Amino acid sequence: MKSLEELSKIREEKRKELDLRKNVNADTREKHILVCQGTGCTSSKSPKILERFKTLIEEKKIENVRVIKTGCFGLCAKGPIVIIRPEDTFYAMVTPEDVDEIIEKHILQGQVVERLLCKDIDGSKVQKLDDLTFYKKQKRIALKNCGVINPEKIDEYIAFDGYKALEKVLKEMSADEVIDTIDQSGLRGRGGAGFPTGKKWRLTKEVVGEQKYVVCNADEGDPGAFMDRSILEGDPHAVLEAMEIAGYAIGANKGYIYVRAEYPIAVNRLQIAIEQARDYGILGNNIFGTDFSFDIEIRLGAGAFVCGEETALLESIEGKRGQPRVKPPYPANSGLWGKPTLINNVETYANIAQIILNGADWYSSIGTEHSKGTKVFALGGNVNNVGLVEVPMGTTLREIVYDIGGGIPNGRDFKAAQTGGPSGGCIPKEHLDTPIDYESLKEIGSMMGSGGLIVMDDTKCMVSLAKFYLEFTVSESCGKCTPCRIGTKRMLEILEKICNGEGSEVDIYKIEKLAHNIQKASICGLGQSAPNPVLSTLKYFREEYKEHVVQKECRAKECKAMAKIVIDEEKCKGCGLCQRNCPVGAISGEARENRVIDQEKCIKCGTCIAACPFHAIG
Amino acid sequence: MQELAIKFNVKNVEFQGETAKHEIDDKSPSIVRDFNKCILCRRCVATCKNVQNIGAIDCINRGFDSCISTTYDNSLNDVNCTFCGQCIEACPTGALREREYIDDVWAKLKDPDTYVIAQTAPAVRVALGEEFGMEIGTNVTGKMVSGLKRLGFDKVFDTNTAADFTIMEEATEFLERFKNKEHLPMMTSCCPAWVRFTETEYPENIPHLSSCKSPHQMFGAILKSYYAKKNDIAPEKIFVVSVMPCIAKKYESKREEMKIDGICDVDCVITTRELARMIKQANIEFTKLDDESFDHPMGEATGAGAIFGATGGVMEAALRTAYELITKEELKELNFEEVRGEKGVKKATIKIGDAEVKVAVAHGLGNARKVSEQIKNGEADYDFLEVMACPGGCIMGGGQPIKSSKIRSEVDIRRKRSEAIYAIDEKSVIRKSHKNPIMQEIYKQYIGEPGGHKAHELLHTHYSEKEKYCIDE
Repeated sequence: MKSLEELSKIREEKRKELDLRKNVNADTREKHILVCQGTGCTSSKSPKILERFKTLIEEKKIENVRVIKTGCFGLCAKGPIVIIRPEDTFYAMVTPEDVDEIIEKHILQGQVVERLLCKDIDGSKVQKLDDLTFYKKQKRIALKNCGVINPEKIDEYIAFDGYKALEKVLKEMSADEVIDTIDQSGLRGRGGAGFPTGKKWRLTKEVVGEQKYVVCNADEGDPGAFMDRSILEGDPHAVLEAMEIAGYAIGANKGYIYVRAEYPIAVNRLQIAIEQARDYGILGNNIFGTDFSFDIEIRLGAGAFVCGEETALLESIEGKRGQPRVKPPYPANSGLWGKPTLINNVETYANIAQIILNGADWYSSIGTEHSKGTKVFALGGNVNNVGLVEVPMGTTLREIVYDIGGGIPNGRDFKAAQTGGPSGGCIPKEHLDTPIDYESLKEIGSMMGSGGLIVMDDTKCMVSLAKFYLEFTVSESCGKCTPCRIGTKRMLEILEKICNGEGSEVDIYKIEKLAHNIQKASICGLGQSAPNPVLSTLKYFREEYKEHVVQKECRAKECKAMAKIVIDEEKCKGCGLCQRNCPVGAISGEARENRVIDQEKCIKCGTCIAACPFHAIG
Repeated sequence: MQELAIKFNVKNVEFQGETAKHEIDDKSPSIVRDFNKCILCRRCVATCKNVQNIGAIDCINRGFDSCISTTYDNSLNDVNCTFCGQCIEACPTGALREREYIDDVWAKLKDPDTYVIAQTAPAVRVALGEEFGMEIGTNVTGKMVSGLKRLGFDKVFDTNTAADFTIMEEATEFLERFKNKEHLPMMTSCCPAWVRFTETEYPENIPHLSSCKSPHQMFGAILKSYYAKKNDIAPEKIFVVSVMPCIAKKYESKREEMKIDGICDVDCVITTRELARMIKQANIEFTKLDDESFDHPMGEATGAGAIFGATGGVMEAALRTAYELITKEELKELNFEEVRGEKGVKKATIKIGDAEVKVAVAHGLGNARKVSEQIKNGEADYDFLEVMACPGGCIMGGGQPIKSSKIRSEVDIRRKRSEAIYAIDEKSVIRKSHKNPIMQEIYKQYIGEPGGHKAHELLHTHYSEKEKYCIDE
């Protein structure tokens, strides 16, 4: 067990050593090569890059250069990413084969490897991370340490003010003061619903009970979302520290982190973090010599989306089938094993220590009137800079898509963005300038959600999009309540009918009616929000639905059943390749003459499209 | 369901689509599951898990594919289901029901060569009337006997008579064990669901089980030996139908241990509900029937036999007999109030002569698990234990009339039926099993001493450990 003095000493010593990570002008001869070991880069061989660096440095006996594994830098589209500090050189899409060149040119000769630099939106090559447009509009609070520290070293976390907030809380603040600070900061739940965090803490504190629990919801399940995953992979101690602070505030001595088993790297780093914190006496009995004791255990989720719903999550921790409880009572009154329980999301926790250290006023100065601070988004879909971004609340969708995201690839047009995953809704072009905060998104029929942000271009069919999300909710419904179990299935069946060109206008009326009923009658958030993708696409793209049922047309040509494959007479040269490749003999025509597709026989397999050398078929 | 449909003005199904298809599970001799009728309300799951503490069934799969199933999706026959049938009582749609044997009984009734005997359990007579709109807790013994005769049964006997045999055997067995301090506490074995529970969940407690067969099995054995011989009927021509408040009895009657020389003691078990259905099928106006009496000689029973139907009844009957067997004195106060009532586990210390006998009574398998744990861990501070698997005893059995959740929440059905049972006891001339003259006669003429060789051959059996989950299916 380390004493407070020892911790301060570690902080001081390490701080000097790590100064070059943040300070471009650090006065040092050392260099740190940071290699991203987040999930995205890891799957693109970044561990091999790391190994190669280490081997070369050893072989060539290079001194004063360290190779550091870090969490996610955010710009996943350009991964694997390597950054060299203190000069802050940003190398993108590095392969293990590039490592030799970086060592040779950059480390040994002091020259930048031009070809590995990242291209910015305007096509210019950018040398420093901070100069990339992608990072310019971001403000990193929850992701503060991601990509900066080695998540498997507690000392590095401590060096960057880690566990300082816990120290401050235990030494200087009463439980009420902690809650007041969180309350005044305006922080709201980042899991999606946006319940005021301070209020939740106070409610849980005020419930009388000898045993209380603090739970971290790390069961991130929205398709395309990886915010919590990146935080856990890049900065696990931030979550542990916040849970301890929460435990102190509400009077709990035990915490559980419920994390998906499909996040092996996150689970592994959490385990390492918990062990290190226990070794240091930061977790355990009488932390920092005070009366406060707290320990944390990990519980692995088995992959059910519904377990992200707080009461289903509690059931699952208790070892039962993960299905929601009827609320009230809320977890604050009767949570884990019937005891008062505080549940927050990973990202919410990631903000806590910063709020304690910098004060409520600092935090509430960021963001909009009712939505304070920043929000992390997993930016995906048809956008150039796919990755993890953290922006102040109130940033517009346009800024995220075009400035940070670098716009739509292949010169296509923006059609809509989906926020909130299967529980959220789509935002069309006319709302591109909507400031992103809880209220504004709700107003236009979407929701903040946990932070998945999927951008779609004009090749996306909105009916198919709704169908995709419905397929997801149908297979992820727990089956407890009828509206969700059977209602969503019926909605999906109607959507399938529409996409197959068999729908009628009555179906649009029916699906809308059903959607409203499911919203009202389901017992948990999953069911209540399951119809949102349908309702919001109906709201903004009703015309497209109508085209599907009346003209039997899909303008995006995504609904294959309705697609009509035709040969452009102008472009066709009569080569006959399409005819020879058609598996059902639907194409006819004489040699060197235009070919014609028999629509009756055509099975829309697309073989002819691929076979045509003149791009005449579509 | 129909009431709800009317209430919510549901006339047609607006949203139609794929429906789930499930195979019907009818492998077990007791229970049939047809999940095509299931609406996933999970009352069965709650009953099995929370009340009975068995958890043989629970929800599997997600969303639209959710359904109630068992470990490895086995038949209920091949899991730790005890066939208590409480899930059937909870099921609002009939997705869970008893395995029906009505057609078998009709066939035998029509066959002139078969001598069909009915015997009725004590709890049937206080519930059967409910199926015909009569008030809960009405004693319809006379009408029931009358109805059975009209259905064509050659003889209608009373299982209560057999209960007196059970008491003789069980009390004798207990006194023996008590004297020798052997395998105490002794556990009753009248309840087949409790026996199966012990065999699957607590095999180490099997030696504690009494070796006595349950009353209706004893009765079947006597009918096919003593009675057959006396009336000169070939045992294989006799078809014994037990009318029981229980579906586990169906399973019990099919057990190999319940056969003597390849002949089943009891050929067929039907529930209170099935009897009501037969009476309706025969177009008999039950409520207008005149009262009739059980046939002689096996229709004579004591009040002690009657109270078998309620929790604590077996214990009370056994104590009445044990007291007099030990002390050779007459017992003045016959009612042992300590073992009556709804408390989950009841305990009492009874002074019999110089000895103090500590007894316990548990009902509902949730409570049975508590006492089983105590016995397993050697913490049981009692000598004699009665267990009934159903909460309230046989009167609340899985074969009794099904009541809507509304009635179950508004009316204390258990109390009403048990009051009727105790009223029968109060009105009985003879209220102690060992005083039953018919039984005394049969012991004298045929069986010999209670607990003797012949008694063991006919009236006792053995139990063995059973696999909780069969996986080689």
